Amino acid sequence: MSVFRLTVNGRAHTVDVDPATPLLYVLSDDLELRGPKFGCGLGQCGACTVIVKGEAVRSCSVPIQSVAGAEITTLEGLGSPENPHPIQEAFIDKQAAQCGFCLSGVMMTAKALLDRTPNATDAQIRQALSNVLCRCGAHVRMMAAIKQYQQERQGRRTA
Amino acid sequence: MISFMTSMTPDAKDALAAAGLSRRDFVRRSGALIVAFSAARLAGDLGLAPGAVSAQGINGPGNPQLDAWIAIGTDGRVTAYTGKCELGQGLYTAQTQLIAEELCVPIERVTLIQCDTSMTPDQGTTSGAQSHPSNFNQSNLALAGATAREALVQMAAQRLGAPAEQLVAADGAVSVRGDASRRVAYGELIGGRTFAVTLNRNARRKPAGEWTVLGTPVPRLDIPAMATGRFEYVHNVRVPGMLHGRVVRPPALGATLTSIDEASVTGLPGVVKVVVRKNFVGVVAEKPWQADQAARQLKVVWSAGTTLPDQRTFHQHLRSQTATRDTLSVDSGDVDGTLAGAARVVRATYLHPYQMHASIGTACAVADVRGGGATIFSASQAVYPLRSTMATMLGLKPDTIRIVFRMGPGCYGVNGADTVSYDAALLSQAVGRPVRVQLTRKDEMAWENYGPAYVIEQRVGLNTDGTIACWDYEGWSLSRGGRPGYNAPGNVVTGMLAGFQPGGVQPRSPAPRPSGEYDNGNNTVPSYVTGTIGDARGGTGAIRSERVLSHVIESPFFTGPLRSPARLQNTFAHESFMDEIAATVKADPVEYRLRHLRDPRLREVLTAATRKAGWEARPSPRAGIRRSGVVSGRGVACVLYEGDNGYCTLVADVDVNQDTGLVLVKRCVVAIDCGPISNPDGLRNQVEGGLIHGISRSLREEVTWNGDRVTSIDWRTYRPWFVGDPIPVIESVLINRPDAATMGAGETSITVTAAAIGNAIFDATGARVRQLPFTPERVKAALAANRAG
Repeated sequence: MSVFRLTVNGRAHTVDVDPATPLLYVLSDDLELRGPKFGCGLGQCGACTVIVKGEAVRSCSVPIQSVAGAEITTLEGLGSPENPHPIQEAFIDKQAAQCGFCLSGVMMTAKALLDRTPNATDAQIRQALSNVLCRCGAHVRMMAAIKQYQQERQGRRTA
Repeated sequence: MISFMTSMTPDAKDALAAAGLSRRDFVRRSGALIVAFSAARLAGDLGLAPGAVSAQGINGPGNPQLDAWIAIGTDGRVTAYTGKCELGQGLYTAQTQLIAEELCVPIERVTLIQCDTSMTPDQGTTSGAQSHPSNFNQSNLALAGATAREALVQMAAQRLGAPAEQLVAADGAVSVRGDASRRVAYGELIGGRTFAVTLNRNARRKPAGEWTVLGTPVPRLDIPAMATGRFEYVHNVRVPGMLHGRVVRPPALGATLTSIDEASVTGLPGVVKVVVRKNFVGVVAEKPWQADQAARQLKVVWSAGTTLPDQRTFHQHLRSQTATRDTLSVDSGDVDGTLAGAARVVRATYLHPYQMHASIGTACAVADVRGGGATIFSASQAVYPLRSTMATMLGLKPDTIRIVFRMGPGCYGVNGADTVSYDAALLSQAVGRPVRVQLTRKDEMAWENYGPAYVIEQRVGLNTDGTIACWDYEGWSLSRGGRPGYNAPGNVVTGMLAGFQPGGVQPRSPAPRPSGEYDNGNNTVPSYVTGTIGDARGGTGAIRSERVLSHVIESPFFTGPLRSPARLQNTFAHESFMDEIAATVKADPVEYRLRHLRDPRLREVLTAATRKAGWEARPSPRAGIRRSGVVSGRGVACVLYEGDNGYCTLVADVDVNQDTGLVLVKRCVVAIDCGPISNPDGLRNQVEGGLIHGISRSLREEVTWNGDRVTSIDWRTYRPWFVGDPIPVIESVLINRPDAATMGAGETSITVTAAAIGNAIFDATGARVRQLPFTPERVKAALAANRAG
């Protein structure tokens, strides 16, 4: 066991865990966060995605020791039901979910891409989501929500 | 703790608590309601072998007491109790709309409690597209709403001294029509007390023409919490003192436990206990990562597995079995003669693989089995059936067990939700503390109850004018286990490992003559025949000479209902074959279908979709097909789902790259008629999801195995349609029928997807692919065969 400090959604935490513990386990079980989900534990589906230093990271496949001290953002760190982040607002507006279990994967991956590449083409967005799974088939609405967020974001930048 | 209670007012919580206490008296199996579905239908929906149907059936007994369904607090808040749950299909919102509508209260004042054996009626299983038929027609939840409204109006008549006919219910109160000063709120009439009346079968539902909440696109009530990471899935349930368990499944099918070396994990951090029950093995630890490590390091010796039939020749294996259970759905008795006298006979064989649910999150449950009772948080579709089988597993009485539904990842049938509930309960019972179990990806995928493979041989005899004189269907499929129902815990892997036998197949050959009421619950009978049994015609078509014979054999893998179970496989074979016959006689596929269809609503979805799609009437394949490069085509397929539960037609436009064999679905136009529409946007969402899921299953999904084990164990070896994969433009035509009975919708569009795509591939290329999924290799092989032929 080792003590690690990490900042999650702007709040500092200290945990005492096995250094090999996946970041997802710390977020879900030690910090009881609900955004990142266990989908496969293999980094293949994206359900556990969080943002670390601007990058979409699959928290199931990252040991806590490799992100010690990092600032981490999870889905609940973006906004709340009362005050949603614009990408969350777009997904709510488009009703872009069925079971909702994949939303961390889809939204955090799309947000990281568009933060880095605001004018990403549709092909780039698809590429970024090529290893993000939604099993209920909300794909069409999700792509529409991401486009709405992109346009809203571009509007803010030029305003 | 309880996701939806966080948004409740204190008063509503009190009302719930108060109602919950008295509710226990009501919530017990009354067995009073008549289940209106045949045994064959129930067997299909429960995923059981024929003959293994529990009496309660798919929809459970319900409850005749109004107080079992609805409670009203002193603050006027309405709490409704339902036995049909949210699985991602939008049912939580639609049921909340239903109660708001029937009780004439704003939707914000309704709280819906789903599937908790301590509170809600026993409505069996949320499956088989039965939630709308059972809860939105003149029964169960809808009837409770109407009964409650009428009871409130009667109470108000006494209170206000006015005849009931002059009263109107609105905004949570009853008032005298035209005199708003004479008004009494629901809370004053009944708040905190029980109705103490039974459901009134004649209670007047609000006509769909008067709806203001139901029938409108109310946004999903749960999506804001989901999109902001606040929603509580079963994975997020945390209870005090909770430990974490992991299971250790056998490495191969048929392998049994030989020995276990508990010392191999002694001293590992956090390990609490190694648990063994017959062939069930699990470990419990303080933290999930510790449980992972212990499960990986535990030394277990298993016997050799059972060698599986070779996958490459599996369909021949299936086709050649003799220990089969045979069923004739229809048999006019004259098919052989009609075939012999036909101007022409057309035949084709269609093959379907095993496919899996492969929910995006692995199954999870939290169980607390202590002191002669149990509380289990589960994403099961079937809380009461699970309580019953859990009692068998744990050696407890059912009424000491509480199963509480918490939503899991998208559910398309019997995924791992039931089996992991057993896992958690067995481990909790062994350690005497609450235990949370989440499966690994491999454990879930290798041991799921798969949707079964099929071989379907079709023959028709044609008249000289090109119409169909007779239709002869013969199908082979497999079964093992299925939904546990109320009495068969061995139907899923944990139950079997713990010593309970999975339901098998009892051979029966030849099939008995068809008798009783016509039932097309599995869509085994094509839409184009009359469906005649005795003097009654139950089918939707015109062909009078008809025979539909099914064989079921024992499956090497667990099987169970997977979204559109059997209906998808059968509809793929029927609608592909209808297209082949139309091509044989050089007829337009739509016109040719209409020539053989009698049902006006099925005809209407067919014409509505093709009109919207701009369908050009001509035979397939299209003329002048280039022999290489990318070519385009269109295909159509239609169905009356389950023979009585939702009409749907899909027109698919595809591109086929003849060099790579890749199929790109460009546009999908769907027409759907499921009676009065509860929520148009919710319906569209279901139609779209069904199509994408259907594209995934049509083009990619196939369970693979080798030797004695399944080799589809992660997202590389079982590859569905990812978010970045190409998606079609989807256009939905929603046909609303306010005066018709409400039907299911969630499994309609997926049912027609494979056939429409296959027909479009044929239209584009002239090559017919008769085996799913339509992988590039199979498409290229069909192209080569077409050129050679």
